[in-house]
Amino acid sequence: MAQTSIILQTKRVNAYFGKVHAIQDVSLEFRSNTVTAMIGPSGCGKSTFIRTLNRMHEEVPGARVEGEVLLDGSNIYQPGVDPVSIRRRIGMVFQKANPFPSLSIFDNVAAGLKLAGFQRRTVLQEVVERSLRQAALWDEVKDKLKAPGTSLSGGQQQRLCIARALAVSPPVLLMDEPTSALDPISTAKIEELVMELKNEVTIVIVTHNMQQAARISDHTAFFLMGEMVECDLTSRIFTKPRDSRTENYITGRFG
Amino acid sequence: MNIRNQLAANDGRRRLKNQIMCAFLFLAAIVAIAPLVSVFVYVVQRGYQAMSWDFFTQLPAAVGSSGGGMANAITGTMVLVALASLIGVPVGICGGLYLSEFGANSKIASTLRFGVDILASVPSIIVGLFAYAVVVMPMKRPSALAGGFALAILMIPTVARTSEALLKLVPVHIREAGLALGIPRWKVIIFIVLRGSMGAIITGIMLGIARAAGETAPLLLTAAGSQHWSHGLDQPIASLPVQIYTFAISPYDEWQKQAWAGAFVLVLFVFVLNIGTRLIIKRPTIAKD
Repeated sequence: MAQTSIILQTKRVNAYFGKVHAIQDVSLEFRSNTVTAMIGPSGCGKSTFIRTLNRMHEEVPGARVEGEVLLDGSNIYQPGVDPVSIRRRIGMVFQKANPFPSLSIFDNVAAGLKLAGFQRRTVLQEVVERSLRQAALWDEVKDKLKAPGTSLSGGQQQRLCIARALAVSPPVLLMDEPTSALDPISTAKIEELVMELKNEVTIVIVTHNMQQAARISDHTAFFLMGEMVECDLTSRIFTKPRDSRTENYITGRFG
Repeated sequence: MNIRNQLAANDGRRRLKNQIMCAFLFLAAIVAIAPLVSVFVYVVQRGYQAMSWDFFTQLPAAVGSSGGGMANAITGTMVLVALASLIGVPVGICGGLYLSEFGANSKIASTLRFGVDILASVPSIIVGLFAYAVVVMPMKRPSALAGGFALAILMIPTVARTSEALLKLVPVHIREAGLALGIPRWKVIIFIVLRGSMGAIITGIMLGIARAAGETAPLLLTAAGSQHWSHGLDQPIASLPVQIYTFAISPYDEWQKQAWAGAFVLVLFVFVLNIGTRLIIKRPTIAKD
């Protein structure tokens, strides 16, 4: 695979919950238009780590971050940087589909733009349709855009959340176990989606499912007990990992 | 085996105990609801007899003459409730927002929360005295404004605590979804969190209004009463509860009948307000987990 430029980079990132040291010295690089998977056993810190990438970690009371996260070369933790502007450029999809309960399908997708001050109906309509198409949901909802977002099925809700995140055109999209609550068919749809979306956005995805990581990612990082053990091309991680702990994990000896 | 036999032997006694306790609890529930039903039936019976079209359109009749109504008191109560809502609802909702969203677990918030709870249980006559001291005395006369102010103070704790409780019901992951979209916190709170629970918060407001509408003691001190139409917000104003009180303790038969009619209208108002909100807000707007 041709090497593309580095869009996101972490330098010795440490994350804490109060006194608990959840992430230790993680340095990683994410290249444009690739999918990077974070794998590892429950509680290894992979979700915490991706929440440091868009400054969501600090939303938890008592949580803090040390180290640098460079987005296009500038540190998002520099004093004076507004987390709101970072989150507009680094979107996020959560483990559990969380459409806004009081809003229609249309308004769910339009929310990011509307609440950032975009009001032109024509622009919003265009963006909503484009985002829903990108999320492979348009055909299923185009006749009921006014229905509540929560009226959709679980898999559709998750794709709605993906459309909502894409609507603000973030260059990077974080996905925190986006399929762990979905059935295999919905999961397959989202995996397909991820592989298409990487033409437009850089994707960082946390997954419990090693087959999923193998299927959809270009790079894979293995986390264990708050440490990033190794990160490499996915094909290499799953065939000849350098670290014995990685090998033990992917061969199912623990985790 | 021993244990099994013994358990079987205990079975009959256990079942009997169960039945007795169930009967007792049912009885307690009846005792609790009986006053409500009997008050309602009694007020409706007595009030309905004294009811007439004039009651809603006429001013109170002078002693000795029959007929007349409480039109001024009915509109007066509406004016007072509107004034109270104008102050009490925004303050209550904003207070609830602070407690649930911004103060959260801080010391200030828990102190405020405690204060609001105390305020909710302060006898209403004390609130009336307070309004008397800060509004009536400087203005040198009872007024609709003073009455509205007193009722607002009584509404605030109900509205604030209901708002807080309902806002807290909105799951964290909904707030996170908003924040992760790059929406500023205050917009997430107003356009997503608050909007989602608005239906339920309106119920809280209606309960606050229903409570305020029936208050008598603070109005005696602040709005006083009046046998005429209101001459302005800075003047004394009639209200249903005060009018009922005045007429009920009077020795005149006609007035006492009117008092029953007033009680009927007041109970109906509170009843309709309660049922009405429940019907309007029948859809649950809070996200379910």
